[in-house]
Amino acid sequence: MFRLLWHHLAKTPPSPPIAAAQTDGHAGEAVLVRPLPDGWCGTSVHMRHVDCGSCNGCDWELSALLNPVYDIQRYGLDFVASPRHADLLLVTGSVTRHLQEALTMTYEATPDPKVVVAVGDCACGAGPFSGAYACGTGAEDHVPVHLKIPGCPPSPAMIIAALRALLK
Amino acid sequence: MIRKVLSAWVSLKSDRQGNLWGTVLPEQGPEVAQVVHGQLGLPLTMMVAVDERAKSGVYRLTYLFSLIDKPAFLALEMAVDGQAAEYPSWTPAVPAANWHEREARDLLGVVPVGHPDPRRLVLHGNWPHGYHPLRQDAPSEVAATAPRRFSFRPPGEEAMQIPVGPIHAGIIEPGHFRFTAVGEQIQALEANLFYTHRGIEKWCEGKPVMTVLAAAERLCGVCSLTNSLAFCQAVEAIAKVEVPPAARYGRVLLCELERLYNHIGDLGNICAGTAVALGTMAGTRIKEQLQQLNDALTGSRFLRGILVPGGLRRPLAAEGIDKVLREVRRDAAMLADTLLGHASFMDRLDHTGIVDRATAWRLGAVGVAARASGIDRDCRRDHPHAAYHELRWQVPVHQEGDVAARLKVRIEEIEQSLSLIEQARAALLAMATTTTTTMKPGDWAAVIDEYPAGRGWGVAESPRGETVHWLEIDAQGLVSRYRVRTGSYANWPVVVAAVPGNMVPDFPLINKSFELCYACSDR
Repeated sequence: MFRLLWHHLAKTPPSPPIAAAQTDGHAGEAVLVRPLPDGWCGTSVHMRHVDCGSCNGCDWELSALLNPVYDIQRYGLDFVASPRHADLLLVTGSVTRHLQEALTMTYEATPDPKVVVAVGDCACGAGPFSGAYACGTGAEDHVPVHLKIPGCPPSPAMIIAALRALLK
Repeated sequence: MIRKVLSAWVSLKSDRQGNLWGTVLPEQGPEVAQVVHGQLGLPLTMMVAVDERAKSGVYRLTYLFSLIDKPAFLALEMAVDGQAAEYPSWTPAVPAANWHEREARDLLGVVPVGHPDPRRLVLHGNWPHGYHPLRQDAPSEVAATAPRRFSFRPPGEEAMQIPVGPIHAGIIEPGHFRFTAVGEQIQALEANLFYTHRGIEKWCEGKPVMTVLAAAERLCGVCSLTNSLAFCQAVEAIAKVEVPPAARYGRVLLCELERLYNHIGDLGNICAGTAVALGTMAGTRIKEQLQQLNDALTGSRFLRGILVPGGLRRPLAAEGIDKVLREVRRDAAMLADTLLGHASFMDRLDHTGIVDRATAWRLGAVGVAARASGIDRDCRRDHPHAAYHELRWQVPVHQEGDVAARLKVRIEEIEQSLSLIEQARAALLAMATTTTTTMKPGDWAAVIDEYPAGRGWGVAESPRGETVHWLEIDAQGLVSRYRVRTGSYANWPVVVAAVPGNMVPDFPLINKSFELCYACSDR
């Protein structure tokens, strides 16, 4: 175990700085579609992810934020296990019929003031399967969305750049 | 042999690719199923139901079995009367047909009489009774009804039920698990999945092949390449197209890159399940390095947009990948050695979540889950495609069936994948230098001008196991039926069987050792 620890401390590069807009051609700009709520602190933001029917591409890019390369905690952002502990909800997926209730309940369980971020084309209402019978039409039809991060999926660097814009 | 044994019920014909086709009468189905699965020992690959009432007044059900001595399949078709819409269930004889028949009942309203589990599978309780979306005359949209809860089996005396999900504590996909436990000990587990069901198969009907290719790539994030590969192979089987060698080797390289980043990511996830933070970070770091390599090679961190029916969209610039892969080989070996040599870590894994060989066989386990339980099946070898049969590699098999065995199979498959990538890369470089310095389009993609009507399927081995795409194309060249059975779909019932007898806190570890997707199972 010490050999592994030493190898990773000594042989692997430190986390690189994230350029402000490191987009990779699949993703447009993130859009603030609703003003941030009154009393939004924005200095130490705890986030809760809600999968509402994504293909898991966006989900894996969100979990990549925790790896040593992106290391999202250094920006004052972190993931929490319960919506009760969260300031911000990250919604992925088109909100399928089977997950509408789960999204609404998660939103109601989150204390105010809260911010909702739609991550990926599906959650932003522009998913590839819109019109399918169980697919849903994006997060905005169920909860008030503040920030949209388009992309299929948006890259981790792009997600970080967009989330940092919410910090004060 | 098979023809002779089955001759009492069905006469078999073989097609160009060596697949055997036959028509079974519904009332003889269970008998035939018993002979094919119980006596001949053929595993069920998938079942697909199609609404053909407009044409011939029936629902056509096709049970696809994998031949074990030949790289082909046995397709048994059955016409179910369109009015009565019921047939004797095959599930008592072939337990792996369980989900397939329940899905056909939900989506097409074809009822398997005598099926041991009459509950809904794909459609949850908030759909109206009698709505079967895959029927040709079904409305494309219906309003949601008030939710009726899934009826879990009641716990016995002194047992308690622990509901978990659909929203879990981590960054993972949604599913509901209901544990029946006495103290820490789990007695039974039931899973209610299909939360991410989007209705993709219906959406694909009436769409052009290239649109459905984009859909196949978006069924699932981390199995994108395998799903697009299986789809492309289904199209190629229908169009009877030969894929040029450069594309076949390129496909091996890409498919193994997908396995590599998934398997190494899962080494990290297993560490997360046992609270070894150093291992988690090492695994996610190597995974990130590989996903950046994917991006550099194909323009997508999930290997999307590179395959096309007939070959590859563009040649792969594979010269420069060896530097990253040397580092990955070194770092992954160090991570694996550390984990396997760490007594307190391995203590959590040994004898945890055991699936014995008989259970794995009965439930139709595929992929790592099957190979860790002593079933020597890998469709890369058993149903040769791309260039796998031209390369030297092995299929690792372990017997114990526990979390440790699944970890060991993954570690050994990482070595095999690295070797396959190296061989495929060498073959690609040799082709580029011996023919001309630059590859011509014909070297890496056969052109398909039009898609003939027909039906076919494609098989590929995802990091989770054998993945099968069934495709039917109509006279206009549009997709008329599309069904996907991924490795995750086949393995979910195996996860449920692995858990009883273990502690509640070991469930996340057992679940991670299978590492199944929800999205490509739910569709």
